Amino acid sequence: MIRHLLSAGDLSLDDATLVLDTAEEMARLTEGRSVKKLPTLRGRTVVNLFFEDSTRTRTSFELAAKRLSADVVNFSAKGSSLSKGESLKDTALTLEAMGADGVVVRHSASGAPYRLATSGWINACVLNAGDGTHEHPTQALLDAFTMRRHLGELSGKRIVIVGDVLHSRVARSNVALLATLGAKVTLVAPPTLLPTGVERWPCDVSYDLDAALSGADAVMMLRVQRERMNAAFFPSAREYSRRYGLDSRRQALMPAEALVLHPGPMNRGMEITAEVADSDRSVIVEQVTNGVYVRMAVLYLMLAGTTEEAA
Amino acid sequence: MTPNATILIRAARVLGGEPRDLLIDDGVIVALGAGARAADAARTATVVDADGLIALPGLVDLHTHLREPGREDAETVETGTLAAARGGFTAVHAMANTDPVADTAGVVEQVWRLGREAGHADVRPVGAVTVGLRGERLAELGAMADSAAGVRVFSDDGVCVSDAMLMRRALEYVKAFDGVIAQHAQEPRLTEGAQMNEGELSGRLGLQGWPNVAEEAIVARDVLLAEHVGSQVHICHLSTRGSVEIVRLAKQRGLPVTAEVTPHHLLLTDELVATYDPRYKVNPPLRSAADVAALREALADGTIDIVATDHAPHPVEAKDCEWDVAAFGMLGLETALSVVQHTMVDTGLLDWSGVAERMSYAPARIGRCDTGELAHGRPLAEGEPANIVLVDPSVSATVDPSASASLSRNTPYEGMKLPGAVVATFLRGRPTHVTGGLL
Repeated sequence: MIRHLLSAGDLSLDDATLVLDTAEEMARLTEGRSVKKLPTLRGRTVVNLFFEDSTRTRTSFELAAKRLSADVVNFSAKGSSLSKGESLKDTALTLEAMGADGVVVRHSASGAPYRLATSGWINACVLNAGDGTHEHPTQALLDAFTMRRHLGELSGKRIVIVGDVLHSRVARSNVALLATLGAKVTLVAPPTLLPTGVERWPCDVSYDLDAALSGADAVMMLRVQRERMNAAFFPSAREYSRRYGLDSRRQALMPAEALVLHPGPMNRGMEITAEVADSDRSVIVEQVTNGVYVRMAVLYLMLAGTTEEAA
Repeated sequence: MTPNATILIRAARVLGGEPRDLLIDDGVIVALGAGARAADAARTATVVDADGLIALPGLVDLHTHLREPGREDAETVETGTLAAARGGFTAVHAMANTDPVADTAGVVEQVWRLGREAGHADVRPVGAVTVGLRGERLAELGAMADSAAGVRVFSDDGVCVSDAMLMRRALEYVKAFDGVIAQHAQEPRLTEGAQMNEGELSGRLGLQGWPNVAEEAIVARDVLLAEHVGSQVHICHLSTRGSVEIVRLAKQRGLPVTAEVTPHHLLLTDELVATYDPRYKVNPPLRSAADVAALREALADGTIDIVATDHAPHPVEAKDCEWDVAAFGMLGLETALSVVQHTMVDTGLLDWSGVAERMSYAPARIGRCDTGELAHGRPLAEGEPANIVLVDPSVSATVDPSASASLSRNTPYEGMKLPGAVVATFLRGRPTHVTGGLL
């Protein structure tokens, strides 16, 4: 298993499968039990280092670490060296001095977890909990876990990812992981919201959502900020919804058993209608539950093997 | 050594040619070749054994950030010109983006005077084109030209003079005193929040792209403006293949345009950004390998006139952070000649006389400092000022940031092995840099 989890692309097929299988085990050990706690990481310290607000991701990591009996410290460092706050380096040195074993980091700057892991400031394992518009590997893992539970092995499965790919760390991590798992990914977005060079990513690209939906095993809707229209990425929220939003008409174009995913938080009425989000094919709430299992698996696999340092 | 001493440089390969002697007296080259030794018989010269060394005219940098006044924690005129001397430069053009901005006669005279006091290299201040680099109205270009600093190069470097009308007026106005506008070509709207070269890698890394077209759009506009008003424009740190093509076409049409390339754009590519290490963060950004190849070819064929360092010192904390908030820029003075040897000479693209043209004669001409008492970029010939660099092309060394004369350490070449060493630099006959044992 890799030492740091910075990018979903760092995971080999064996690594990714191990995480998903371990998450399945975590689910089996805690689902439906009154005592949801395992002693696995007793005595280890996990720091949730959040430079950006994200209650859902932080809570998910916190719950995962606590279910493994780790000591959890939430370190909310709003504002990086950009504002008046402490620099990333000084924060890292502080955590190192406190003896953190694992650092879960969320940062608005792409590459900040990479800097933490490679700059020599800390020895702890670094888990990327979302960095800028770069990656969000545990989100991709929980998405894969959720889809695998419904669809079986993902090799050959057709996954459609729709929306603001340009600014989406979720999309980048999903493309990388799903390619490793052998799924066939199609990205759908207006040309303005696709990154330069996307044609060389291991996926297909389309501007036509209706066409992409037929034959999909799952469709993943990405959050789109209304404010993007101010930078001319699209003319209006209404036009975006008409061309790239998932409504009941479009859902009817999908095979009957196809799943609907969304990493949250949703803009109901923008990229997805309430009817679709709340439909029986939506697994959006399940994704949240599964996030805890996947994060338990990742924390366990990365931290459990390093006991000699803590002794 | 005392200033104005008599020095005999023995057996230096002038511009890489056959070994010849040079006799320097009172800051001037008084004799060359066989005559030098004969003339020396009558004097008591200090002898410099330059066997195996190449003699070049003192290098001239058209693009240096000395940071003083305002950011003396990053660099001072003293340390910056010391780094220049170590790199073989006898003259540097100090960019205007200081604090306060060099947009008045007072500030440019201050920088010029600090250079005279330091004495390691002649400092030629560059004046800002617009007040405060704000791109709103012209700075007092004439006052800076008429000042003791004698400013001839004007630039808002760091920001582009993006307003077409303002750029037109600036190009026209400086004709009155033979000035030149040096443009930092960057279309601002196309580069809002830009962090690195726009390409597949920027998409993958999630860093906002700085597209080639943002440079090329301004280069194209400005060569047309220069043609329209009959004035010369100089393009700073040209970085893309498309810009090369525009400048090549403009020169074929006889338009008055000159261009520079930095050493780092001749050697490094955007692949380095995959480390998220801000040492590689620079503006314009490191480009693709195809751009690098085009830049080398353009420098070889003269489409790009000169190498200019864009030496940009930053304190440690400005680079010891996440990429987004790190400062743009990298050191360049001490490594420039080595990088040029590595990328241009050792590859056979340029010979040493070509290096002299690109790093001494041409930048002095563009900077309007090739004539007069303090002339630079002059041939190594009798009666010319003794601005001389001695280079050992046969050695190579690993770049060690802590050995730099600069106050800053932000070199992108740390740990790289580069060829060539500047053994000595003479400014009007006075050694401003000598490595151990030569004198």
